[in-house]
Amino acid sequence: MLQYFSSLDPITLLKSFPGSIAQGMVWGVMALGVYITFRLLDFADLTVDGSIAFGAATCVMLIRSGVHPVFATFFAFFAGLIAGIVTGLLTTLLGIPGILSSILTQISLYSINLHVMGQSNRPVSVDNYPLVVSLRYVTGSAATSLIFFAGMLIFLVMLICALYWFFGTETGSAIRATGCNAQMARAQGINTGYIKVLTLGISNGLVGLSGALYAQFGGAADINMGRGAIVIGLAAVIIGEVIFGKFVSKRRAAFAWTMGAVVFGSVIYYMVYQLVLWLKFPSEDMKLLTAVVVAFFLAIPYLREKKSSAKGVKSGE
Amino acid sequence: MSKALVLKDVHKVFNKGTVNEKVALDGVSIELDPGDFVTIIGGNGAGKSTMLNAIAGVWPVDAGQIIVNENDITSLPEHKRALYLGRVFQDPMMGTAVTMVIEENMALAYRRGGKRTLRRGITHEERELFKEKLSTLGLGLEERMTTKVGLLSGGQRQAVTLLMASLKKPELLLLDEHTAALDPKTAAKVLEISDQIINEYHLTAMMVTHNMKDAIGHGNRLIMMNEGKIIYDVRGEEKKSLHVKDLLAKFEEVSGTEFDNDRMMLS
Repeated sequence: MLQYFSSLDPITLLKSFPGSIAQGMVWGVMALGVYITFRLLDFADLTVDGSIAFGAATCVMLIRSGVHPVFATFFAFFAGLIAGIVTGLLTTLLGIPGILSSILTQISLYSINLHVMGQSNRPVSVDNYPLVVSLRYVTGSAATSLIFFAGMLIFLVMLICALYWFFGTETGSAIRATGCNAQMARAQGINTGYIKVLTLGISNGLVGLSGALYAQFGGAADINMGRGAIVIGLAAVIIGEVIFGKFVSKRRAAFAWTMGAVVFGSVIYYMVYQLVLWLKFPSEDMKLLTAVVVAFFLAIPYLREKKSSAKGVKSGE
Repeated sequence: MSKALVLKDVHKVFNKGTVNEKVALDGVSIELDPGDFVTIIGGNGAGKSTMLNAIAGVWPVDAGQIIVNENDITSLPEHKRALYLGRVFQDPMMGTAVTMVIEENMALAYRRGGKRTLRRGITHEERELFKEKLSTLGLGLEERMTTKVGLLSGGQRQAVTLLMASLKKPELLLLDEHTAALDPKTAAKVLEISDQIINEYHLTAMMVTHNMKDAIGHGNRLIMMNEGKIIYDVRGEEKKSLHVKDLLAKFEEVSGTEFDNDRMMLS
């Protein structure tokens, strides 16, 4: 036991935190996409696992062919957008259940990503290209690190502001209404099929963008980089809601704060991830651990309701 | 004068070709004049709600024609028919988006039939208008415009849904047992509000009800349905002088069976 504790070096942990915070911010973009489908549209969208790699593959191949990384990152948004639209069309036009539609898109993206990359892994080095983000900026000088975090923070704040504005528009309101009560939305003349396709597109666009950032951050696009991404996204959403729920609900513009909380949730996820690894938890079990944590937090509202209704029956006697 | 609604020989069979096959609408034809307020009664599975759903376009009909104010809407999808229709459902949860606040719900209804663009979801002028309209309900909801609808009582929700259905004047208001899930006192209040809104905006309306007294006491016309058909249609003075026992007798005379509805309130 003593040996175990003496083998843990707090300095190593502290040194690794900037990297995990950075990674959390990059994945925060994806978490926002997951939040939009899962919470606002009430749609469990597994396209995410495929579209994150699709965004990464598109971005890396464009950069390698000479496109400026900024534009390549921008294009990755559209790659994700298309993936989301395909899922949307499968479910609205062809009547395939939503979750199955998203699995079909996800699986087909595996082949498509292999075609895009020509092999299962494609590196993109910060030495050769002026990448938008990179782990090397974080681990490099204090100046590059500061620029990275400041830039990423400004980008996330702008993104959240844009989403806040969008979900306050007529179209954004229609999305929220469709997610809450599709029957009511149709009775108010909202084309719920179109809204679903649109929302899945926007959400996966963000996921694709996140994939592009992540590939540049880590220096490569990999065919397996999206595996389990949806679970990490859900973890970020749930961690954000659980930790900041009370704080957020009392604010003006609570919706914007909620999205901020989701990004924070992603950062916290990666910090905890780092902590657990540092405690020498076997890395091959990390996905299992994540899944258990997500299952636990998803079950809480249901179990709480069950308990309170059981109480209600008792006191009613 | 053009008709507010024309149903021409509308047919609908559910689960066709299976053991659960059910003829829900068996050649329903009816014409409504503008300003008509029709109450609809009938036994279990008579086709009352099915007729309203056929008009609203919840699913396509098998045969027949549905014309609202000279617009043939038979082949339009549900969200496009919303341009012509205001709807209030039996379940108070159904008519509103419960996670959104009152004014947001009203803003959604105010855009019924319009294009949803990137303009603001709700404007200042609209807030003033909604406040004024809400105050006519006399429920104090004008002070709670930013309350989530999920926190309102069933009666309050139905009142808000009624107001939403009339914000943009519909060609036809469909009330599908919209007081059935409420306690008697609240139901009476919501009915009163329904009358008030229908009169104030000169709406054409159809109201399915399980309360025969309400069916007689409201509107200018009453129809009775049985086995997917309209079996009795009465209006004006004749309707006013009706009694519940007349309706029961009429039902037995036409259908040859006893009136059967577990929820029908006979007194």
